[in-house]
Amino acid sequence: MRKTCLALFLLAAAALCGCGRDGGENTLTILNYGKYIDPEAIEIFEDETGIDVEYEEYITPENMYTKYRAGAIDYDLVCTSDYMVEKMIQEGEALEIDFDAIPLSKNLDQSYFDFSKSFDPENKYSMPYFFGTVGILYNKKMVDEAKVRSWEILWDETYSGQIIMPDSVRDSFMVALKILGYSLNTTDDAQLEEAKELLIRQKPLVYSYLVDEAQDEMIAENAAMAVVYSGEAGLALEYNDNLAFSVPEEGSNMWIDSWLIPKTANHVENAEKFLNFLCREDISMMNFDYVYYATPNVKTKAALDKSLQENTTIFPPKEILDNCEILKSLDDAATTNYNILWKEVKAAD
Amino acid sequence: MRKIRGLKRQLLAGPYLVWIAAFTLLPLMVILYYAFTTTSGHPTLLNVTSIFASVHFKSLLLSLELAFLCTAACLLLSYPLALALSSLKTKRQGFIVFIFILPMWMNFMLRILAWKMLLSNNGVINMVLEAVGLPALDVMNTPFAVVFCMIYDFLPFMALPIYNSMSRIDKGILEAAQDLGAGRATTFFRIILPLTAPGAVSGTIMVFVPALTSFAISDLLGGGKVLLIGNVIEQAFIQEYNWNLGSGLSLVLMVFVIASMALMNSRGDEGGVGIC
Repeated sequence: MRKTCLALFLLAAAALCGCGRDGGENTLTILNYGKYIDPEAIEIFEDETGIDVEYEEYITPENMYTKYRAGAIDYDLVCTSDYMVEKMIQEGEALEIDFDAIPLSKNLDQSYFDFSKSFDPENKYSMPYFFGTVGILYNKKMVDEAKVRSWEILWDETYSGQIIMPDSVRDSFMVALKILGYSLNTTDDAQLEEAKELLIRQKPLVYSYLVDEAQDEMIAENAAMAVVYSGEAGLALEYNDNLAFSVPEEGSNMWIDSWLIPKTANHVENAEKFLNFLCREDISMMNFDYVYYATPNVKTKAALDKSLQENTTIFPPKEILDNCEILKSLDDAATTNYNILWKEVKAAD
Repeated sequence: MRKIRGLKRQLLAGPYLVWIAAFTLLPLMVILYYAFTTTSGHPTLLNVTSIFASVHFKSLLLSLELAFLCTAACLLLSYPLALALSSLKTKRQGFIVFIFILPMWMNFMLRILAWKMLLSNNGVINMVLEAVGLPALDVMNTPFAVVFCMIYDFLPFMALPIYNSMSRIDKGILEAAQDLGAGRATTFFRIILPLTAPGAVSGTIMVFVPALTSFAISDLLGGGKVLLIGNVIEQAFIQEYNWNLGSGLSLVLMVFVIASMALMNSRGDEGGVGIC
């Protein structure tokens, strides 16, 4: 009996291992943020090229890293944020992109490649997709607009139970660190401790910690204020006229979401085709309409209505960007430290 | 001859054994491996002992507290329900049980999301309250909302076993009790309660265990403010990429689950739905 058991056990294990696929077929496996591409664009790509796209989504960059590292799926193309791009490059998980194979990448504004140098120093591994800032999306009926110029309003007891904070370590700490006047990339224990205390003090006033749903809650007017990405705010403004967006004067985070081809890629050529496809004016326009984040694509921006081009919620003006910092990747010890402090905030009463 | 028949019997269990080996034992061993190693693969006890870290311990206590509350509420709600049900005509009973089970055909996540719609600041319940001039409820994103939804979700798992064991009670016994002069209260406490105990025991396990380990409800209705041990484990796996810590804490939670099941099973289980 014991032998049978062992045999069955091995059989099961073999069956499980045998599930891995080889990269023979003409496919492309993409990992991207939620709601971050027009699904129709993918269909057009499939029709035009005959490549089968397998598309997967994730919520936070940390979430992406886990999915990627779990290794169950060989991704050909990943879209993620600055500091996570940096981490992937540092760990040798990103392949060099052959920009000659992506001729349409010339449609992208060079200045965003320059911004990208903070996490991809030689612009070898990443291609910018969308960018923006982080700020406060607020309801004009409920909030005193003069006060939204500062992050401090998020600690104002008048708005108890009406504040939504990001359920994402780096973004929540960014707010606290900026109020204290520290860098959002600090690894100094004392500064982080101070930021944690501030976040714990804020917790009783917080309605909830959310990422993607913050926008929906604000449109439904379930809360007065939410810390969100600029693009999300732009989209929310379209749905509810009472909403407005502000990037506080203490400064904020400028983020760039970029594409990279990970080491697991089995279909590099298809990935390049897709990147080129994304830079195409019509497709870039479709995605802009769908995502509503600032696009680095010059042609797309030029084709927009004047009012949209001048919309400072979607396209942050230069003086705001100059006041922003880009998130840097942290080493393992600092990451662990952030995670522990964040858990302490989440567990506080 | 008997030996061959025995072998055939064992073969029948084959698919089940494969299933258990592949999807219970193998993952369990992987969890054990992760739980007692560091991220770089060295042996350690830290992942398991980190349950005593103040944050983890606090969330474990909160989970235990909410799970107890939920189980107690389900018990208190289920008895009157089962009593009322079993006093109805058999045909009616079937229909009401059917209605009771009906929501369970819907996806569990959808039902939690529905509660979110109902309970939020501008939700349906508050709209109704406002319309009739009552003060608005402020329960969304509190432990109360989490327990409330747990009770809603897990009540059938308590009510059905209790109802089952209650409907199996021989009416003759109840009549005999009445003949001998037992009042309603005496009948309930000395006859019905002991006879339905097995049902209550399995109901308790079926409610307590998922309530203790749940993380989806606290995530959606707690607004990220109610950190249960399930959420800590989920975060360790999904956000922190620290499977070792997640496994270590899972192991501790497993001890609690097994202990509660052992405790319950030791308390005479006959005719109830066996879980182990």
